[in-house]
Amino acid sequence: MKPRHKRLAIIVSGVALLGIAVALVLNAFQSNLVFFFSPTQVEAGEAPRDRAFRIGGLVREGSVKRGQQGLIVTFVVTDTAKDIPVAYSGSLPDLFREGKGVVAQGRLGTDGVFRATEVLAKHDENYMPPDAQHAIDQAQKAQKTVKVP
Amino acid sequence: MPSRLINWFRFGSPQSFYPLAGRLVPWFTAIAVLTGAAGLWVGFFVAPTDAQQGEAYRIIFVHVPAAWMSMFLYVIMAFWAGVGLAFNTRLSAMMAHAIAPTGAMFTFLALWSGALWGRPTWGAYWVWDARLTSELVLFFLYLGYMALNAAIDDPRRADRAAAVLALVGVVNVPIIYFSVQWWNTLHQGASVSLTRAPSMAMTMLTGMLLMAIAFWMYGLAVVLARVRAIMLEREAHTDWARELKEVGQ
Repeated sequence: MKPRHKRLAIIVSGVALLGIAVALVLNAFQSNLVFFFSPTQVEAGEAPRDRAFRIGGLVREGSVKRGQQGLIVTFVVTDTAKDIPVAYSGSLPDLFREGKGVVAQGRLGTDGVFRATEVLAKHDENYMPPDAQHAIDQAQKAQKTVKVP
Repeated sequence: MPSRLINWFRFGSPQSFYPLAGRLVPWFTAIAVLTGAAGLWVGFFVAPTDAQQGEAYRIIFVHVPAAWMSMFLYVIMAFWAGVGLAFNTRLSAMMAHAIAPTGAMFTFLALWSGALWGRPTWGAYWVWDARLTSELVLFFLYLGYMALNAAIDDPRRADRAAAVLALVGVVNVPIIYFSVQWWNTLHQGASVSLTRAPSMAMTMLTGMLLMAIAFWMYGLAVVLARVRAIMLEREAHTDWARELKEVGQ
């Protein structure tokens, strides 16, 4: 084995070992790396009770209610399996819409209402012109009406 | 004699690579200007408004190609650093050295354009999610590589120390790329990947790919121009460098 081949072998195995080590560390910290918890995880008690955390999911259609005074707004975050009611006072991002993704930071009250201090909109990776979106919406609507319960 | 048409190893020496790089730079520059102009034109005037995000999404034409380049250049930089470390070839370390500032620039561009995109869509310039944090770590790795290179006076020792840092940092690249799949992140998933059809309208994709080609060509042109400067600096004592017309007496 020539010295340069030996050096190459040392470098390749070093990077490989480092990769494995990092993979193991990341795996161990998996739960701390999540940016938000889903409503199902919160119901299962995986989210911290005593400190602030973030929940993420979709804003349920028809659940957004604006308060009489000020900027208080309530809505329901759902992952289609479980729901969590959220109360928030502040300005909402432009992309905050019913049926769209949302991430809220705050604490879960004892009454089961999540009191948010910050609300961020989460959008998906699909980009299309408005008429294409309209066509998809129409197709989905048609599918719903055709389906016999 | 070997029967292959081009002896690739010939270009492994600074002496023969220097004029080759010099001939290539104007071509890469020209292609970068042309595809960049075409990409910006498609991005601003041809691509339709997005149904969800309106006009704000147009920053994708800079953001995504810059982010691709930031990761790709790091892998190339680490590759050349590793080759230099293993085989002690002069040119490899110079290539790695030349890539670092351009990689750092693209990383900064990706972070900055991402912040400007995040504010109108998410509602925040910055969040500490896995994608954004790992990209920031990439930026610091580039800066660390350059700082380490600059901190050691002996160039051969500097090459070796910086190469180890570059190789250690390469584990961060798959973390950046897969962060949106492995963890819950605010950042959306990839719109374009090798395994499935792209989830964006055709004209939008065309504009983005044109910009990606422009960034590639810009990267090549700048890195080759920079590696020529590094070669002259380091090989100033050699005969071939002294005999160059542009060096003069």
